[in-house]
Amino acid sequence: MTAPLWVGLGSALGGMARYAFSGFVARRIGEIFPWGTLLVNISGAFVIGLAAAAVAPGGALPGDLTVRQLVMIGLCGGYTTFSSFSLQTLALARGGDWPRALGNIVASVGLCLIAVWAGFALGALIPEG
Amino acid sequence: MSPLVTFLVIGIGSALGGLARYGCGLLAAALWGALFPWGTILINLIGSFVIGGFATLTGPDGRVYVSPLGRQFVMVGLCGGYTTFSAFSLETLELLQHGRPLAAAANIALSLLFGLLAVWLGHVIAQRANL
Repeated sequence: MTAPLWVGLGSALGGMARYAFSGFVARRIGEIFPWGTLLVNISGAFVIGLAAAAVAPGGALPGDLTVRQLVMIGLCGGYTTFSSFSLQTLALARGGDWPRALGNIVASVGLCLIAVWAGFALGALIPEG
Repeated sequence: MSPLVTFLVIGIGSALGGLARYGCGLLAAALWGALFPWGTILINLIGSFVIGGFATLTGPDGRVYVSPLGRQFVMVGLCGGYTTFSAFSLETLELLQHGRPLAAAANIALSLLFGLLAVWLGHVIAQRANL
């Protein structure tokens, strides 16, 4: 029963990385638009795609439970966030900035799907063993 | 507050949130199977509701005082670690890979609809509680 240990550890590291990275982006670019959360979610989607391809049948580490629990459920799950995305979209909408609210939704979904696809495609190129 | 303490508190919150997400995911898969990612949709709905309510209840006009560190524990740690955008993205990709574009589109639509509705509902309920 090491699963909770890996998930908890990965989530802790992922959450701290999210705080550090989104804060860094916000200080650099400003907070009118939630670039921090957007970039966090895009990069996390890329990594989970990469890991999913690695643990898939025929991947570099087929069926590896530690990668699934530590990297995918833990790190990527703890790193990315839906609640900040929702809250920041609501804040933009409440402020009457509907173009940015809509832009955040479209960019988050569109770019994260492209990122997870790109990560998976890249991960599938890594040979087994 | 020292930055190290803030990191530690957010790390602990994220670990607890991540473990709760793992547990809810297992429970949802056992109850409803893995054909459609209801678990992630529900997790993101609950986390969005909690952050929407908590942010307004403990905000500048809120009736409950919570220290900045406490707010970061709940919002950045617990809610951030509990909800996930990566699982949502991967599960949508997997539905597409399995030749189910309608299910993939439904996952996107339901995740957005429930997540945004939940954060708004949490905010509205907390606003009433603040009066």
